[in-house]
Amino acid sequence: MEIKKTALAGTLESSDIQIMLSKGTNGIQIDLDSEVAKSFGDDIRRVITTVLTDFNITDVNVKAVDKGALDCVIKARTIAAAQRALDTVNEPAWEVL
Amino acid sequence: MKNSLNRELPDQIMSDLNYRPFESTEIGHPEIQRTAPVVRVTTGNDKVTDDLEAVVKNNVHDGMTISFHHHFREGDFVFNRVMGIIMDLGIKDLTLAPSSLTNVMNDTVVKAINSGTVTHITSSGMRGSLGDAVSHGALKAPVIFRSHGGRARAIENGDIKIDVAFLGVPNADRLGNANGMYGDAVFGSLGYALMDAQYANKVVLLTDNLVSYPNTPASIKQTQVDYVVEVDKVGDPDKIGSGATRFTKDPKELKIAEMVNSVITNSQYFQDGFSFQTGSGGAALAVTRYLKESMVENHIKASFTLGGITSPMIDLLKEGLVDKVMDVQDFDKGAASSMADNKNQQEIDASWYADPDNKGAMVDQLDVVILSALEVDTNFNVNVMTGSDGVIRGAVGGHQDAATAKLTIICSPLVRGRNATVVKDVATVVTPGDSVDVVVTERGIAVNPKRQDLIDRFNQVPGMKLVSIADLQAEAEKIVGEPKPLEYTDRTVALVEYRDGTIIDQIKEVKD
Amino acid sequence: MTESKERLRRTMMFVPGNNPGMVKDAGIYGADSIMFDLEDAVSMTEKDAARDLVFEALHTVDYGDAELVVRINGLDTPYYQNDIKAMVKAGIDVIRLPKTESAEMIQQLEAEVVKAEEQFNLPVGSTHLMAAIESAKGVLNAPEIAAASDRMIGIALSAEDYTTDMKTHRYKDGRELEFARNMVLHAARAAGIAAFDTVFTNMDDVDGFKRETEYIHQLGYDGKSLVNPRQIPMVNAIYAPSKKEIKDAQNVIAAIEAAHQKGSGVISMNGQMVDRPVVLRAERVMRLAKASHLVDQEGNYIEK
Repeated sequence: MEIKKTALAGTLESSDIQIMLSKGTNGIQIDLDSEVAKSFGDDIRRVITTVLTDFNITDVNVKAVDKGALDCVIKARTIAAAQRALDTVNEPAWEVL
Repeated sequence: MKNSLNRELPDQIMSDLNYRPFESTEIGHPEIQRTAPVVRVTTGNDKVTDDLEAVVKNNVHDGMTISFHHHFREGDFVFNRVMGIIMDLGIKDLTLAPSSLTNVMNDTVVKAINSGTVTHITSSGMRGSLGDAVSHGALKAPVIFRSHGGRARAIENGDIKIDVAFLGVPNADRLGNANGMYGDAVFGSLGYALMDAQYANKVVLLTDNLVSYPNTPASIKQTQVDYVVEVDKVGDPDKIGSGATRFTKDPKELKIAEMVNSVITNSQYFQDGFSFQTGSGGAALAVTRYLKESMVENHIKASFTLGGITSPMIDLLKEGLVDKVMDVQDFDKGAASSMADNKNQQEIDASWYADPDNKGAMVDQLDVVILSALEVDTNFNVNVMTGSDGVIRGAVGGHQDAATAKLTIICSPLVRGRNATVVKDVATVVTPGDSVDVVVTERGIAVNPKRQDLIDRFNQVPGMKLVSIADLQAEAEKIVGEPKPLEYTDRTVALVEYRDGTIIDQIKEVKD
Repeated sequence: MTESKERLRRTMMFVPGNNPGMVKDAGIYGADSIMFDLEDAVSMTEKDAARDLVFEALHTVDYGDAELVVRINGLDTPYYQNDIKAMVKAGIDVIRLPKTESAEMIQQLEAEVVKAEEQFNLPVGSTHLMAAIESAKGVLNAPEIAAASDRMIGIALSAEDYTTDMKTHRYKDGRELEFARNMVLHAARAAGIAAFDTVFTNMDDVDGFKRETEYIHQLGYDGKSLVNPRQIPMVNAIYAPSKKEIKDAQNVIAAIEAAHQKGSGVISMNGQMVDRPVVLRAERVMRLAKASHLVDQEGNYIEK
């Protein structure tokens, strides 16, 4: 699925993660900034990728600024960003949630 | 080689530096020979100068050991000033042996390392850009981390032989009688600096407040001082410490503090005349608030509190709930300035406070201590030195020393952000699990199995939730997930001494 | 999910729905009920993100025995239906409807909930409801609202909007709330559901908070809505039964047991028949005593 617009979800508060999605041409490209990148970077990338794949988003640039978010927060923020980017905020993707 | 905690230690470095591996928290009764400083004899009439460059030039030479104190904390003007001159003079190969290094000193130390001015460091800790540089191998020789008591021991027995000590003070007379209680840059107790004043071959005081002779009370005495250097400002009062330490409003930390208080008040040590110490950190400090209520309610007073002092502790003294405050450093202006007015707020030096090789240190008399942790492992070993990325960002402080108390409580949130606090294996052991009795997190209290007496007691307390340390670890991992193990190179960038001078752990260069 | 009708609801802690730090830690404070807020605590632009966050948290975070409640956005907002669907799908215990003014609003909510339960193949009837009363109309209609659905577990007075509607504001003595408090409580009791008092927001006025909590405890409220976890132990302390209440309750329980053993349907104590209200009160006292750690597992009073 095509991203319609650049979209942002989440904050820079502690325990949150800010996810920005913008149009890409080369698969799912994740630029991750996290204090726990060494120990949890792979996990964070995996959660983001899984959600985007569930939305059938194949080409997208992801900028993720992590402040120690747990997986459920990463998933929630990626979902919110994806629905905003796809302009489907008012039709939640129940199968992805 | 491994020590008794199964920590791998570097054989070559251990043998080169003549170190023994950590065995036990028991100090025993060894006989220790203390050293004494070299004294250049003078009647003392020529000590005052405003030419700091000349003092440095005439006294600091390649290969020497120099020291500073960290009582000015983030408001320190002395360290960067002196180090700047030393670097300008092109002096090389110095050993830096301050009581600790604060953030305001970081960039200067990194510069001094890069220029070859500083080649060896021993400190209580380091953070920020300096910790990062050292963890990435900036220094060839490993940094030696020592507790406050361990530093006092090392200075007394000559492991640290200070050639020149540069000590900033908020007041001094022309012969060098000085204290930390009066002047713009007051910081209260001179506790750590008193070691340097007593044992350094050359003692250089820097002050912005030359007072009439003789200056009393004299914490540092004229018999110890070689130079009194007048400078514009020794420190920024606003950055030395806040007005008064306020208790945290974070509900999680308050909950932990309340649980710690419940541990204390339900222990056998909570009785009239008990003694306690609170470490830094939101929850540890906030315990005072609940403890005070319990003391009033149960008509219990403390004989003394110990260590780093804050305003709330002084309030207890003023309200008669504590008889004596035994003060090695003050964390805020309220505590610092009250020392002048309160004879029961006793300044103590680092040896009196915590030195294990002593005829009795105050920590040996301590009933209860509340300390923080970056990590605790399932053997109750505590890390206060390296972060979740393996980088140095902490200090031993008085942690190992105070943990010898009869009831040592480690308190911390179970999870910080995505970092688990209770882990299978801490990255760096600073305080051995043998001296830790209770770990308190918001999700449960774990008692060291060797303290069956406490377990039996607490099991009788309605509503007190005891869990095993392994359960806490599992719960933390369930919340954050299993972290990927940190990667290090083979290089040792630091050794952590136990307070007795054996090596409790090494810190390796991080791989990025 | 825990049984919905008879359980302790001393504390209902508000948690802003878009704050990950607070959402993930909401379970550690021992609140009887945790209320995730998608309404006033979330700005218009973050309604979707908060809904996603609460949804994922409900799926993964362990909140222990707490009753989980979500305050959805109102009937007149574009978020209402998706809030209901998401929370039903997440398996929330209770949906709280803000600004409830009529029984119809509850019936409409119930219809939406049924639709959602069917859409997500959940047993119909598994999601409970509660209403927040925030206006004069809501207060006057409270009896019908409380009885509007079998799914109703409680009604709550929300004083900020209510006092505005009444052309007054909140005073320290709370006299402006007297009628509403009594009306809401009576409505709840008549319908056999729980009554929650309004929040107290000034964290620095501890005495005021205690005074207000003692007052609503005396009236008979089940508990209080809370804005800060630090208020939980204070409420619990006020709701803790006295030693005499516990001893009396133990005697009643013992009499019930004795009657059971004799196979008798009539419970008597000291020669007097024990009627149902006394039994119910005794059971509630023992629940409170256990929650307050005043009795051990077997129900014996713990001497201090």
